Amino acid sequence: MEINTQNIRTLSFLGSCGTFGKIIEELATQNNNIIALTADLCSFAGLTRFAQNLPNQYYNVGIAEQNMVGIAAGMAKEGLIPFVTSYASFLTLRCADQINVNVGYMNLPIKLVGLTSGLSVGILGPTHICLNDVALMRAIPNLVIFSPADCIETAKCIEKASEINAPVYLRLTGTMGNPVVYKDDYNFEIGKAITLKDGSDIAIISTGTMVFNSLKAAKILEEKGFSVKVINMHTLKPLDVTAIKECCSCKLIVTVEEHSIYGGLGSAVAEVLSNIENSPKHLIIGTQDEYIHAGDYKYLLESYGLTPERISDRILEE
Amino acid sequence: MKMVINNLRKDMIKMTYAAGKTGAHIGPALSLTEILAVLYFKIMNFDPKDPTSESRDRLILSKGHGVIAQYAVLKELGLIKEEELQTFKTNNTRLYAHPSMNPEIGVEFSSGSLGQGLSLGVGVAIALKHKGNNKSKVYVIVGDGECNEGSVWEAIMSAVQFELDNIVIVVDKNNIQYDDFTKNIISMEPLEKRFETFGCKVACVDGHNIEELEKGFKTEHNKKPLCVIANTVKGKGVSFMENEPKWHNNVLTEDLYNQAMSELGEG
Repeated sequence: MEINTQNIRTLSFLGSCGTFGKIIEELATQNNNIIALTADLCSFAGLTRFAQNLPNQYYNVGIAEQNMVGIAAGMAKEGLIPFVTSYASFLTLRCADQINVNVGYMNLPIKLVGLTSGLSVGILGPTHICLNDVALMRAIPNLVIFSPADCIETAKCIEKASEINAPVYLRLTGTMGNPVVYKDDYNFEIGKAITLKDGSDIAIISTGTMVFNSLKAAKILEEKGFSVKVINMHTLKPLDVTAIKECCSCKLIVTVEEHSIYGGLGSAVAEVLSNIENSPKHLIIGTQDEYIHAGDYKYLLESYGLTPERISDRILEE
Repeated sequence: MKMVINNLRKDMIKMTYAAGKTGAHIGPALSLTEILAVLYFKIMNFDPKDPTSESRDRLILSKGHGVIAQYAVLKELGLIKEEELQTFKTNNTRLYAHPSMNPEIGVEFSSGSLGQGLSLGVGVAIALKHKGNNKSKVYVIVGDGECNEGSVWEAIMSAVQFELDNIVIVVDKNNIQYDDFTKNIISMEPLEKRFETFGCKVACVDGHNIEELEKGFKTEHNKKPLCVIANTVKGKGVSFMENEPKWHNNVLTEDLYNQAMSELGEG
């Protein structure tokens, strides 16, 4: 799609799920090998128009996520490009074995779209909140993992996912009215992190919706006299190791994610830093090892320390 | 055909013996022998000279632990060499204890974690129709114990919902699962009625009778999946293995190996 002010505004308004529905329909209209699958969450996945306009490329398998992943793997083996959608928690945790065997082990290029990962549907409780999907998906070989910063980047990830002959996990965070990180078009490369802002004291590496909050946190820190670098790690696997190494000239490296402090971006960066002599101190900001109390998105981000103010306060403690 | 089937069983016994102290899933492979032989030699459109041809019928061994039966058939077809059979379960072999996807030798998908092959088959069946391939069929072989897995029934429901008349579910109903007879673990009876109630066309056959199997696979199944329930005997063909739960996976000593080979040698 063309990236202009109007489209950026529209996609932001639609949020991550709506963006998925809109972009996948555009792509599938041009390529009838693209198939969308849902497990009884058509409108939630933004697929209502897709289902109406492209009925031959749309499959609703009912409330049976494991079967959906297997079906998609069978389709992928035959050359189709299936996009599988569900709540991130159901898709990754419930279907972990199907993903391990049918997607990872057989390296079948299905595209897993984890909707509303992180805290955005927090009012629905810990069954729907998803804070451990990256930990699980990262440990399954062959998967490419995208975690886009905003809706324009989500669109770019969907497009890339449809083009590459590899299995993909697309982690969608945020909600309708997602903040805009990218106001203009830019170059998106798989596995190549983007430095949004350069700085020399503190390096913040963030992913998903936390990129926007990290940029704001950086602004607060700069007002206090610190020079802060902010990196958008939109691809969690393969990880941009070079970008992480380049952060080692700063005094402090901070990772920020809407995910457990175990197994996500923070762990991935720590795995790299552990191999570097005299690497700077690394602060991992994410959710703690606990089940989250149900609450709305804004409330949860505040409660669990993921707003710009709470992020900058936490960094200042170091 | 009888001679071929006997040779398949002998190859399975040889592989089990070669596997040494870890043994092999010989019981659930022996029960599969005629099912696979009839599919590969009489029913399926499968050219071993072109195992990835678009026009081929696809076979998915969802009960992956029975794979030595498939290796034996693939050897018969010339896709696996005699000497390679003896590498079964050795380090760096292509012949794992559970199938590892390798279309070049006719292994369509990996399996081993039960209850997943039918979903793959549904996806393949949909894709074939999507591509306009209205000739190829998908044969998915499950075990009756495997039918404990809920995902099998998820897949059946979708195959029925999508009116997939290009998929055939084959149940190797040998009545024994890992721990014991299925009736003592989780009984799947009445299996035939369950498949019918779920919306499949069902054919029940003697799973060791060539003619019955052939007829079963040719059952008309307009706009719905076909389920062929093959009543089999676990360990079929070797007296001390037949209908014995302990031969789900077991080790062949030299004496037992000789006995098994001599029993089969007469066939």
